[in-house]
Amino acid sequence: MDKQPAIELKNITKRFGKVVANKDVNLTAYRGEILSILGENGSGKTTLMNMISGIYFPDEGEIFIDEKEAVITSPKDAFSYKIGMIHQHFKLVDVFSEAENIVLGLEDGKYNLKASTEQIKKISEQYGFELDVDKKIYTMSVSEKQTVEIIKVLYRGADILILDEPTAVLTPQETEKLFNILRRMRDDGKCIIIITHKLHEVLSLSDRVSVLRKGEYVGTVNTAETSESELTEMMVGKKIELNIERNEPHDTIDRLIVNGITCVDRMGTTVLDDVSFTAKSGEILGIAGIAGSGQRELLESIAGLQHLSSGEILYLNPKTDSIENLRDKTPMQIRNMGVRLSFVPEDRLGMGLVGNMDIVDNMMLRSYSKGHSMFLKRKKPKDLAMKIIHDLEVVTPSASTPVRRLSGGNVQKVLVGREIAASPTVLMVAYPVRGLDINSSYMIYNLLNEQKEKGVAVIFVGEDLDVLVELCDRIMVIGSGKITGVVDGRTTTKEEIGLLMTKSKQEGESDNG
Amino acid sequence: MADTAVKTHREPLFHVVKRDDMPWWKAWAIRAATIVIAFFIVGLLSAAVTEKSFGETYSVMFSGVFGRLFEGRTTMLWKYLQEIAILLCLALALTPAFKMKFWNCGAEGQALMGGLAPIVCMIELGPKLPYPVLIAVIAITSIIAGAIWGVIPAIFKAWFNTNETLFTLMMNYIATQIIAYYVYLKGGGSNVINPVEYGNFPAVGNNNYFINIVVVAVITVIMYIYLKYSKQGYEISVVGESQNTARYIGINVKKVIIRTMVISGALCGVTGMLLVAGTDHSININSVGGQGFTAILMSWLGQFNPFIMVIMTALVVFLRIGVSKVADTALLNSSFSEIMVGLVILLLVGCEFFINYSIKFKHSKKEARV
Ligand SMILES: Nc1ncnc2c1ncn2[C@@H]1O[C@H](COP(=O)(O)OP(=O)(O)O)[C@@H](O)[C@H]1O
Ligand SMILES: [Mg+2]
Repeated sequence: MDKQPAIELKNITKRFGKVVANKDVNLTAYRGEILSILGENGSGKTTLMNMISGIYFPDEGEIFIDEKEAVITSPKDAFSYKIGMIHQHFKLVDVFSEAENIVLGLEDGKYNLKASTEQIKKISEQYGFELDVDKKIYTMSVSEKQTVEIIKVLYRGADILILDEPTAVLTPQETEKLFNILRRMRDDGKCIIIITHKLHEVLSLSDRVSVLRKGEYVGTVNTAETSESELTEMMVGKKIELNIERNEPHDTIDRLIVNGITCVDRMGTTVLDDVSFTAKSGEILGIAGIAGSGQRELLESIAGLQHLSSGEILYLNPKTDSIENLRDKTPMQIRNMGVRLSFVPEDRLGMGLVGNMDIVDNMMLRSYSKGHSMFLKRKKPKDLAMKIIHDLEVVTPSASTPVRRLSGGNVQKVLVGREIAASPTVLMVAYPVRGLDINSSYMIYNLLNEQKEKGVAVIFVGEDLDVLVELCDRIMVIGSGKITGVVDGRTTTKEEIGLLMTKSKQEGESDNG
Repeated sequence: MADTAVKTHREPLFHVVKRDDMPWWKAWAIRAATIVIAFFIVGLLSAAVTEKSFGETYSVMFSGVFGRLFEGRTTMLWKYLQEIAILLCLALALTPAFKMKFWNCGAEGQALMGGLAPIVCMIELGPKLPYPVLIAVIAITSIIAGAIWGVIPAIFKAWFNTNETLFTLMMNYIATQIIAYYVYLKGGGSNVINPVEYGNFPAVGNNNYFINIVVVAVITVIMYIYLKYSKQGYEISVVGESQNTARYIGINVKKVIIRTMVISGALCGVTGMLLVAGTDHSININSVGGQGFTAILMSWLGQFNPFIMVIMTALVVFLRIGVSKVADTALLNSSFSEIMVGLVILLLVGCEFFINYSIKFKHSKKEARV
């Protein structure tokens, strides 16, 4: 192989205060190949790529492009080296069309939408994008927005493409489409760098894999000569089991019956449309769907945080055998009714916890109002904090460290620990392993399984279909606020769920058209 | 195109990095050093402007604040404590609102309204009511007046999400005009109300300010306990940090906003009462004298901790009195002392930048290698 190196990193180091995000990283990417950057969350993948695309500047080390040293201090510099990056969070102007967004911000002074549109069409054909150039961004799905981002950098002439976790927001079908496009670009001689932490994607797509661990460069292997377990070991630093256990549920009884709830948000959009389902004790009910399909509103409705325009939420109290309707109750009322509902929201520091408070004060969130005294009692929360730190192996200097200083995994352990400590009968968790390292993720799965064994009705909103399929007893799929299907977790496939995820949207589109 | 980029061989000279890791003692060492430097600069500038020697400037400053303390004369000292008490009381009043991230910029107006109530009581009811009853009525009405002035913006914030900064500022102007009108009514066309003899706080052992100082000292301790150890104080912190979290755990956010602004306004009202019934026995539009705004800075610089606020207000009031004495000797007006106070506050705010951020200069390694 006499491939040309497109980009070489030499001894790159980048610090954020005390955090060393990248330490002495060496890396080479060739033209005509797809290189995966693999690493756990926080291992420094995004930071490294941001230095290539001019967002950050390295503290130490050099970058070579086409074997010449390059200094990249701004995204504009990066662009002049023909480097294009598709970020984890897109940066598009919502009210503009695709073509407008693509042309926007170019400095060559000729804003000629027509000529540009022609060229965009040519690019689309060449690589197989399916997109309507006049469609406005705010009407697009996440996957379409991502396509716009990719075409944008191609239009600007990029031949080194960096994609930061592009598949995190895609369905399996969309992912496959994207991969086909990327393969075509590779065959066209472009250099593709793709960041991910999903192993099977690495294996199916890339030519070589470079692994980062805690900011350090671990090594590069040829995809054809490696395996999932070798890659995991490189990523984590030790061998670990990648199996999630799933016991048969026993003694299941209906615990929470949701009956035809509809929720309309402030803008007048129907975010939940006649949703009905039952959560049973002793089982894990998974909820799958494209991000923003109503998952958050669904959980918040049950927790008493959304106003519903119709329907009912019935809780069957195991202590009294009475049935309570939770609709239009506040969280405080729900708690006072004796409903043991725990909720791990998606936004951990913005909703589940208070970032600037320490672990003890965060423990108190659930229990502070108990009792008639005017004053707080910190003894019990403190004991609970110590117990959680010990049991869940939370890495923290002390119980009086503000939780925002903890890493993502430890923040989540604190939150999940607190919610489980309330001995719930219903436990709702939204994206509980997002941003967590592999070890912490498995710890969370184990905790959920423990709760299931104890007879808790667990509702699990997830994004990684592999995990949903492995962990959940039943999986309910939600699309645009509607339930599009409920499948058995033991017999279903990712593809089946993927189809259900987009089902309601396609129906909706054909309705319109 | 690539060659145009190659010649841009420039690197940023330095960049600013947020830091989160400074140990508390180091942060306080920086603040203390800033205070020392600030004092030094104030001394230098004052000496330059007044054409006095450096040492003389400081001696005027100290004797201006403490008077002839060493000869056993404490009047100046009491006056100093009194001025601290007023500024501190306003800062304490603002603190619960600020902790809730409700930017109450209306301490001035709330204190003026809290001062209007006592003067009305003193003039209208003074001759009619027995003294203890009068004092009680004064206390209650001034608290209510301040609370009302504070809660109006809170109600609009809670239900209509109006901007509390603008709203509270506006309320200041209304309060000022109400006072102006009342002074016009009662002053018989002149701009002053002559000191009223009824309903004055009693002097304790010859000392007119004793009660004010004790009241504020008590409020300081209570506020510390309230914010740190009470359930309501905890709710304030949660609402301030994240309203979403507050809702999630079932705190009634509207209720907390209203309740906290009642407290904040009521304490401003108390300050107004201390000024009117405890100090001036009269009122005018400058009775609070802009201290409602200085108090905002005091609350911030005190990091919402009542005891640190004591130190900060003591410092600022020291400069205000001391430098104006220096200025007096050189026939400068009070603006000079205000400029100096402003300068010191600026330095203190500036030093927070260096506590929260660090500046990194670019690596020189590259040059070394070439
Ligand atoms: N702008 C920043 N300021 C401070 N720390 C940062 C910043 N960006 C990233 N980090 C830290 O650097 C480390 C690597 O982050 P990142 O590159 O985002 O990892 P990855 O993309 O692999 O998940 C993390 O510990 C993260 O907290
Ligand atoms: Mg990242």
